[in-house]
Amino acid sequence: MKILQVDWVPGSDQLRGRCHCGAEAIVDDPVEMWDWLLKHPNHPVPVREGKA
Amino acid sequence: MSEFVRNQWYVAAYGREIGRDLFSRTICGESILFWRTEAGAVAAMSDRCVHRRFPLSQAPSHLVGDTVVCGYHGFTYDRGGACVAVPGQTRVPRTARLTSYPVTEQDGFVWVFIGDPANADATRIPRAPWLDQPGWTTVSGMEPLAARYGLLVDNLLDLSHETYLHGGYIGTPEVADTPIVTRVDEEAGIVYVSRHMADAACPPFYAKSTGISGRITRWQDIEFTPPCLYLLHSRIAPVGVLPNADGTDRDAYHVEVVYALTPETERSTHDFWAVARDFALEDQGVSDFLAENNRTVVLQDVAALNVLEQVIATEPDGYQELSINIDTGGLAARRMIAKLR
Repeated sequence: MKILQVDWVPGSDQLRGRCHCGAEAIVDDPVEMWDWLLKHPNHPVPVREGKA
Repeated sequence: MSEFVRNQWYVAAYGREIGRDLFSRTICGESILFWRTEAGAVAAMSDRCVHRRFPLSQAPSHLVGDTVVCGYHGFTYDRGGACVAVPGQTRVPRTARLTSYPVTEQDGFVWVFIGDPANADATRIPRAPWLDQPGWTTVSGMEPLAARYGLLVDNLLDLSHETYLHGGYIGTPEVADTPIVTRVDEEAGIVYVSRHMADAACPPFYAKSTGISGRITRWQDIEFTPPCLYLLHSRIAPVGVLPNADGTDRDAYHVEVVYALTPETERSTHDFWAVARDFALEDQGVSDFLAENNRTVVLQDVAALNVLEQVIATEPDGYQELSINIDTGGLAARRMIAKLR
């Protein structure tokens, strides 16, 4: 399954996105979040990289 | 360019709406005639006679057995839309055929395929089994919406609006205050939005139907399969009551809120709604209450979206918007719908 997930980080205004490839990013804006996720497999340099 | 997403199944009607009377509904800009054959199958075809475009749903058009007779000049069509008789001559022109539509009845809905019939795979129709299943009681209706389909998608994918637009019915402060989790299944084409409230006020919609008087644990799990079927899996329980480790959940109340979002025209939408519950199954008072209350809630949305349609219809394309965290699911749905076009 190819799941994209965006969590609204509890206690904050930030969003944490996780691509099905394992890459992760934390951003402040949902438009920016989806832009980042949909760049797969060429995610721009994220705030945080997961285990691809 | 048309905004409609074609080559898709849409809910056209409840099964109970289609009988031996000719029934017409416009779906994605196409006027479609529905009727049941004597054997009970649903037939769907263009609601315009090929001769002079007279609506076949308009009296004195009528059914004779499993044929439709145009009330203007008597052109007669079979259940597949083929013209089988014309007045005054024996030769029926080869081109005398109505566009016919694939239809499937499932879960109480009549689904119609808009697009190339060769692509009409009925196994792709998403399910809402609670609407027609033992152990559940359902109330349902449909409200006409004088607003574009996309506005209803935005509305249903972001339930934080319940707090403001539906206060006193289904909205409480906790809905807007609780963070959401958004998931997109790229292969299945489904958007999920979850909001789990651990300790929330119980809105009248649930207090009066379940009898719970105190605060509740309230889960809202949206499952939207664009373009048409939206499910809200709603779980209500006294505060702190969670499902059992084995997956059973007998101490909670479950409500499946189902919407079918079907474009009528570029600027109007059929807003089908249904509420299925797994409690008080035989209680007509609860059914009446939920039907009246949910219809009221839907009409609150309809009133707001009708105004919004009037406003944005005057705006140039690409009008300015601002999205925040609550819009994460709505943005995912918009993107998925854009991919389907």
